[in-house]
This record gives sequence, C-alpha cells and structure tokens, in this order.
Amino acid sequence: MIEAGEPAPDFTLANHKGEQVSLADLRGRKTMLVFYPGDFSPTCTDQLSIYQEVLSEINEAGVQLLGVSVDSSWTHNAFRKKLGLDIPLLADFHPKGKMSAAYGAYLEDWGTTNRSLVLIDEEGMVRWVYECPTPLEIPGANLIFDAVGKSSAD
Amino acid sequence: MGSQALTDLSSAPVPPRGPGDHVRGEGEELIVYVDLGCPRCAAAWERITALPARIVFRHFPVAGKHPRSPTLHAAAEAAGEQGSFFEMVDSLFADRGRVDDPHLWRRAEQLGLDLDRFEAERRSQAIADRVRADFESGIRAGVSGTPAVFREGQKVSLETLSG
Repeated sequence: MIEAGEPAPDFTLANHKGEQVSLADLRGRKTMLVFYPGDFSPTCTDQLSIYQEVLSEINEAGVQLLGVSVDSSWTHNAFRKKLGLDIPLLADFHPKGKMSAAYGAYLEDWGTTNRSLVLIDEEGMVRWVYECPTPLEIPGANLIFDAVGKSSAD
Repeated sequence: MGSQALTDLSSAPVPPRGPGDHVRGEGEELIVYVDLGCPRCAAAWERITALPARIVFRHFPVAGKHPRSPTLHAAAEAAGEQGSFFEMVDSLFADRGRVDDPHLWRRAEQLGLDLDRFEAERRSQAIADRVRADFESGIRAGVSGTPAVFREGQKVSLETLSG
C-alpha cells in the first residue's frame, strides 16, 4: 500500500459518465480516494450509502470524495442511481485494477480493489492512508473527518 | 461571514444515555443504533428486545439503502411525542411491507395517536434535527452498519450478547 508522504501515482480513468479524469484534475483540492471492491455488493452498498449521508459535511471540510473500483462506467452509473449517490466514481476497469495496483489497493486473489482510503492533498501528495484488514470491514466516516483534521493541522 | 461553523464528525465516544434518549427495559445497558428500514435490524430487533437489558434506542437512517428510512424514523419520533415511541418501532418492524404514508396514518390511529398532531410533528424540523443528532453521534462513534450495539462504550457483536 502506498504511504503518506509519497507522491500520488498518476492515472487517467473514466468516471461514471465516461469522462476521463486524471490526477492532474484533482490539483487544488484535497481528495479522498475511496477504494472499494465492487458496485452493488452488500458491504460496499453500506459504505457508500453512509458516506453519502455525510457528503455535504465532508465537502464543507474541504475534501472531495472519489470512489474507485474495477467496475465499468456503466455499472458505476447504475450503482449511483440506485443509491442516490452524488459521489463521483472512477472505473479502474481496463486494464483491470491498474490504478488500484499502483496505489497498492488491488487484491489479486479477489480480482477486486481492496477497501482502503487515501487522502491526496492539493499538490498531489499522499497525506494519509487507511487499509482495511479485510475488505469486509467498513472504515467509518469518522475516520475521514479525523484524517482531514489531522492533515489540516500538520 | 466569519469563520463558518463546520459540523464536527470526527471520532468521539458513543454518548452515554441522556434524558432525550428512548429507553426500554431493565438490566445491562445496551445502546443500539437502528435503521427502521433495515431488514437486518428488523430481524435483530426481536432478539434485542428479548434480552434482559436496558435498551437505549438511537436513530441511524441510511436513505441510500432504504429510501423510506428517514420518514419511518420521523414517524417513530412523532409517535414518541405522544408517548408511543417503542409501540411505533415495534409496529414498523413487525410489518415492513406497509410503510407508505397511509400505512403510517393507520398505525398512528391504531396506537390511539392524535393524527393531525402526528402528521405535523413527523414533518417538523425539530424531529428531523433530533433524528440527525443521533445519526451524527453514531457516525462519530464509528457506526458503519446497522444494527450497531454498544456496551460500556464499546461496539459489540450482537452474537456475543447472552439472553
């Protein structure tokens, strides 16, 4: 897993609308990458639904959330509609898991992204990382607020 | 505008039982975060309420998964204003298939509530704020799924509870 203090690996991925998003597009804002195993799975549904409930508070704290999984743009689009998500989702679909692997967040055995959080600062540096011990564990949204508060205080 | 007051949702211990909490039963105290639209909660509710425990109910509606949840929590809270909080919770969990507005009116009538008052209060900002306060305390305590049970400030698995 990538560590705090390292530059965030570059990437260009399609979002849920099929638009290309690169690391350079995130500059100037703090971004929390939310790596999760898969759209529509029960645990990922819980995780993203709960983050959605506090999305306005996360945004007010100066952070944008960006979900990442190996699903396609089309699946992401359907997942967002199903849950009423406003969180943009990136499709690490082809080559499968390439971006997640660059961040050390790809599970070869599962063939999915591992559940983890990566906070990238305005200059593209990794400031905080949380890797779940198992993809079945959901990091509480409180951890996002803790990380943002800590990185602002540094 | 000066400094904007941000909602602090960073980690914090689960708040202890307070005067505004809904409490039922006697025995070991369990604080339970519940989503009234959640099938897992409905299945667990019977087991939780059968425990020889003092249950402190906390609202944790997650609308993305269960779009009617915010409405159901507001309905329970409005019933609570007329002294029938747990009766409404029991009613909602006992019959999860009927949760549209006419069903809520029927439930309120069956509980002997003043329907006009129930209607006004379940849509009030005060009740929305009350529900949200519970939700935010759950977020700060690390609740990431329901039901979430806390014993002596620590999250515990429902399976570990005896009774």
